[in-house]
Amino acid sequence: MLVMAITAIVHKKLTVAVIATGIVSLMASVMYLLMAAPDVAMTEAAIGSGLSTIIFFYVLNKIRKAK
Amino acid sequence: METIALITAFALILIGLYGILSNKNILKIIIGFSLFDTGLHVLIVTVGYIKGGTAPILDKVVGTSNAASKIVDPVPQALVLTAIVIGLGVTALMLAYALKLYQAKKSLKITDFKEMK
Amino acid sequence: MIRNFFILIILAGLAAVFVSLFWNFGSSDTLSPLAEHYANNGADEVGAPNLVTSVIVTYRGLDTLGEVTILFLVAAIVSFFLKTGKQEESAPKRESSEIILTASKLLMPIVMVMGIYVFINGHLTPGGGFQGGAIVASSFVLMLMANPRFEINHRIIAIVESVSGMAFVFIGVLGILLAGGFLDNKILPLGNYGEIFSAGAIPIIYSLVGLKVGSEISNILSNFQGVQMKKCND
Repeated sequence: MLVMAITAIVHKKLTVAVIATGIVSLMASVMYLLMAAPDVAMTEAAIGSGLSTIIFFYVLNKIRKAK
Repeated sequence: METIALITAFALILIGLYGILSNKNILKIIIGFSLFDTGLHVLIVTVGYIKGGTAPILDKVVGTSNAASKIVDPVPQALVLTAIVIGLGVTALMLAYALKLYQAKKSLKITDFKEMK
Repeated sequence: MIRNFFILIILAGLAAVFVSLFWNFGSSDTLSPLAEHYANNGADEVGAPNLVTSVIVTYRGLDTLGEVTILFLVAAIVSFFLKTGKQEESAPKRESSEIILTASKLLMPIVMVMGIYVFINGHLTPGGGFQGGAIVASSFVLMLMANPRFEINHRIIAIVESVSGMAFVFIGVLGILLAGGFLDNKILPLGNYGEIFSAGAIPIIYSLVGLKVGSEISNILSNFQGVQMKKCND
């Protein structure tokens, strides 16, 4: 997880950084399951790793289209 | 088990903070905020962990009578549930602002926005 | 270079605080007294097997009201921001293929039914309003991404959102009139433990929260989508 987090900050391309953020969120969801918290794991997987990544990609597409 | 989770949470907070303070691209700063949020939530849930406890749902395995000795703390989980949804809302708001800034000046570096100085 | 140096000093100071917190951390073996009270009396007072749900909806109901308010504010601000200003009309470069269109039309009702199942059964199994609302919103995103000309009817979403918000506050006020306090769930009888219509008003409250969250997130997403294509005909 920490390798993915460092990739998200340091890499030059924005697409790779956004996908690395999604992977960090997915691994945090597994960690919630190991901490005996199934509600939180479900919420983090649905919201953090799904909807947040999609919003980032919409904005990236709009910026790239205008360049 | 929880030492690994604690170390991961602290490291995520520090990495996210470094990302916020040292990047010049607005979208990278927003990604740093998102990592910072995730690390904070893992920290809060880890504090409420009881050794050898199980999920706070009462069923055949954990009956209503001996619940207090087998489950983990349900209060931090309720707080983190709300916090995750609010984190999504704040991220969406920041991205809307970033889009408007880009439409105004066609640039994504925060050193170009100097009107308030 | 000076800037980098200051950043590293700040982070080193914060890391020192974290290390000192880490050395003195010992995870406890018994629950704190508050959690013990919730665990022992939760099933009798509230009647729901899912303890996290009973904490969110009844013991800490005001926090849920505040969170729903914040989501409403975010949806309103995003839709205000992204609609004014000049919009450029542009057709999509290529249409999606036939497979994607048909498959997305088949999948969307299934995903929506699963989302509704998750928030109706929120008090029995892990799940609840927020998770179910996010799943319903992702079914809308599936339709939006497969077919860029798909336009959500903004009027229906606005009506669903405002009605569920007002109904939430109305049930809370009913709690003051008929039972203990604001957002008490004893206004309906606590039925048999473990059935779907038990635990008083919790299924109704959580369903309203789930509908509101789902419709708000779909609204935010369709505004972001609408920035790309032509503007939504209202």
